[in-house]
Amino acid sequence: MALAVPLLLGMSVLIFGLMRLVPGDPAVAVLGYKATPEGIAALREAFHLDDPIPEQYLRWLGAAARGDLGHDFRQNEPIGRMILDRLPVTLELTGLAALCTALIGVPLGLLAGGRRGGGTDRAALAVGLIGVSIPDFWLGIMLILGLSLGAGLLPSGGWVPFAESPVENLVHLTLPALTLALSRAAVLGRLTRAAVLDTMHRGFVQYARAKGLGERAILFRHVLPNAAIPIVTVLGLQVGYMLGGAIVVEMIFTLPGLGRMTLDAVLERNYPVVQSAVLVIGAMFMLVNLVTDVLYGAIDPRMRRR
Amino acid sequence: MWRALRRTIPARHRGVTLAGLLVVGALALAAALASTVVPGSPTEIARDLALRPPSWAQPFGMDDLGRSMLSRVVHAYRVSLGVALGSVGLALLTGVPLGLVAGYAEGVLDQLIMRPLDVLMSFPAILLAIALMSVFGTGVVLVAVSLAVVYTPIVARVVRAAVLAVKVEVYVDGARALGAAVPRLVLRHILPNAATPILVQASVLMAIAILVEASLSFLGVGVRPPTPSLGLMLADGRGFMLQAPWMVIFPGLAIMAAVLGFNMVADGLRDWLDPHQAAGR
Repeated sequence: MALAVPLLLGMSVLIFGLMRLVPGDPAVAVLGYKATPEGIAALREAFHLDDPIPEQYLRWLGAAARGDLGHDFRQNEPIGRMILDRLPVTLELTGLAALCTALIGVPLGLLAGGRRGGGTDRAALAVGLIGVSIPDFWLGIMLILGLSLGAGLLPSGGWVPFAESPVENLVHLTLPALTLALSRAAVLGRLTRAAVLDTMHRGFVQYARAKGLGERAILFRHVLPNAAIPIVTVLGLQVGYMLGGAIVVEMIFTLPGLGRMTLDAVLERNYPVVQSAVLVIGAMFMLVNLVTDVLYGAIDPRMRRR
Repeated sequence: MWRALRRTIPARHRGVTLAGLLVVGALALAAALASTVVPGSPTEIARDLALRPPSWAQPFGMDDLGRSMLSRVVHAYRVSLGVALGSVGLALLTGVPLGLVAGYAEGVLDQLIMRPLDVLMSFPAILLAIALMSVFGTGVVLVAVSLAVVYTPIVARVVRAAVLAVKVEVYVDGARALGAAVPRLVLRHILPNAATPILVQASVLMAIAILVEASLSFLGVGVRPPTPSLGLMLADGRGFMLQAPWMVIFPGLAIMAAVLGFNMVADGLRDWLDPHQAAGR
């Protein structure tokens, strides 16, 4: 917990420093062929590009702490607004994908781990290994090819706000969420299996079996709660990684999210936007990991004493 | 190498590791001998052959410019495997010494090394790679270097953990009592015994490197266009998805094959090292 603030400061220094390493004058990059010496000077003045670097950093940090992320180079839009507009898309995509990951991965792992070495176990292991190796952007393309262009079942892209039409919103997010979820579900399945196997030979499981409890009851009432810590840890990590994966998925499915905004800004060399977007996504990544840590205590009373 | 493997890896874990090594080896060999093993040039444009479907002579079909997909895929492996080897090699070169020092020294030096690396690890890998590429430009070498930056903290963390576990062993105390100097202690007695988790991590990172290189190139911030790269081929193929599905199917399968190979190597090694963690990641 206490580490979050210095980590966040370190991240901001890193991003800020990185963006100052960009070769060339950003003012020239923005103005392009229309650049006149006066125009460049005016722009440099407006964005404080001539101030000492530490001063620029502190000004950015101070403003960012107050929620003001500055304006972008191109349309002079407030960056905070841009991020807030796109945040719901990414959050909903990641949330749905996390849900899919848990709903696919955990049962897969339980199925495999419940009967070690059986046919289901082997099949689940193979599915897991292949799932881990599928590039998610290719999976997205294949899903579009098969399910939307081929079978015409689901839209291949686009975004409908939830407030406008909840059904359309979910329909449009089904393929992106699945794309983001499947390979992570494979990882989670493998881990769930390992965690279940690890718990299976504990004394309390044998006791439960000895007192005549059915295998299903043992699995759900005794094994799963005790295997939950590693499962939640990995799910938490994966939600974090999904924030990165969302960049690719939002691009393929033309979703107006934070990831696509970041990528567009990178391609347009719109550095103020890149700087803020990377910091915001990084902070979200850190927050997810923090929440995962806090969840330990809620799941396992033994962890509370630490 | 085979003999060393046979000696160290028990039979029941050898299968997966070996199968993985075989896949990776075959792909690497094909990439190295690309021009001699596959017919056709990866860059030769033949408009009259554009979008030809897969045939016996060209099992992967032709792309929108009439270039052989098979030849392009095999040549693209040079980039994939080159980036994987280069980035992981570089990350080992920087991460191993950092992890060794941090783990052996502990205390202030450990903090000084690990805290900045924690900052690098607080970003999703692909985001950090994109940010680095946006600053330093595109190209094969830069992709490898960016990935190495992303990987260094991961390697350092694994090495540090391994060193912390190994340095309390009796044989390390023994060597110290015999008067071994610190460098000798670390390099001769600690590093070799910490090598296995590093090896597993390296093969996992290779798999991820192939995925990330393809993703970056696909997004337009990786390898530059004339160079055949699996990610770039997928980006090109997207526009012809309906007329020529082979343009997106085969590059994707090719990425998967290489990633699967490295994952199998990692899995086999991990199974053998740590049966408890076996399937988890």
